Amino acid sequence: MLRASVIVFPGSNCDRDIKVALESVTGFPVKMVWHGDASVPASDLIVLPGGFSYGDYLRCGAMAAHSPIMRDVIAKAKAGTPVLGICNGFQVLCESGLLPGILMRNASLKFICRDVWLRVDNDTTFFTKCYRKDQVIRLPIAHAEGNYFADTETLDKLEGEGRVVFRYCDEAGEASAQANPNGAQRNIAGICSETGRVVGLMPHPERLFELALGGADGRRMIESALLSALEAA
Amino acid sequence: MKARIRITLKPGVLDPQGKAIEHALTALGIPGVEDVRQGKYIEVKLGSANEAAARETVERMCKDLLANTVIENYSYEITP
Repeated sequence: MLRASVIVFPGSNCDRDIKVALESVTGFPVKMVWHGDASVPASDLIVLPGGFSYGDYLRCGAMAAHSPIMRDVIAKAKAGTPVLGICNGFQVLCESGLLPGILMRNASLKFICRDVWLRVDNDTTFFTKCYRKDQVIRLPIAHAEGNYFADTETLDKLEGEGRVVFRYCDEAGEASAQANPNGAQRNIAGICSETGRVVGLMPHPERLFELALGGADGRRMIESALLSALEAA
Repeated sequence: MKARIRITLKPGVLDPQGKAIEHALTALGIPGVEDVRQGKYIEVKLGSANEAAARETVERMCKDLLANTVIENYSYEITP
């Protein structure tokens, strides 16, 4: 049994996509939890979906990070419940302090919507154990604020602890400047918490989780979560 | 009371929007533009009893929500 909950903020627009992907891959029903609720039902994992929560007012993810449900999400994450933040969900994780740094406006100032290559730098997190280290995968990005920024000390700490999970790269796996779509520091596309149980990434695994969608590289992220949850049970 | 709050990017943090404004000003033929950095300006009306209480409130709102101190600085003035 996998009990997954997807948090729905006003302005979320990938919430149903990740619900469909989770249910299709795992076979278990997913609960949708409204941002105004006080608590998340007992869950084996929580997803903060993509979208434009609160219209991206003030800063992307800033308002959502303070919505009522987030108090419980933060408490549960700190107690060990795995949390996956996709795109806007990654921004919410950074604004809520569950992950370090911030997602700034893309260096090009443009909204970028296309597939990118990613290198899996950490294949041991709750959400990546079905990938291989250094595996190159293809997932779509769709954002205007995905330019990961943190001070040098934080970046060095993340790298030293193996907490950079995904990096933008070319097809051969080289994390070059040309392969960096948004100006993110050190080509960072996704990071994790110290325990590897909170993961945030800008690309959308739910948009390429089966071949009918044009690719299935996102599927292993869901399979990883299922495997991790079953191993823990 | 009224708080006038300015939120600016810390020095050294890349400001692509500021750069775009700088380029647009130069393209308009406005001379002498050397650098542009943009930020936010927020006015808050407060029911605080005195200036000290207002400052405490504004500090808290800046730290908790209005600014992200990873990349932003804030400053403010309080007027009756």
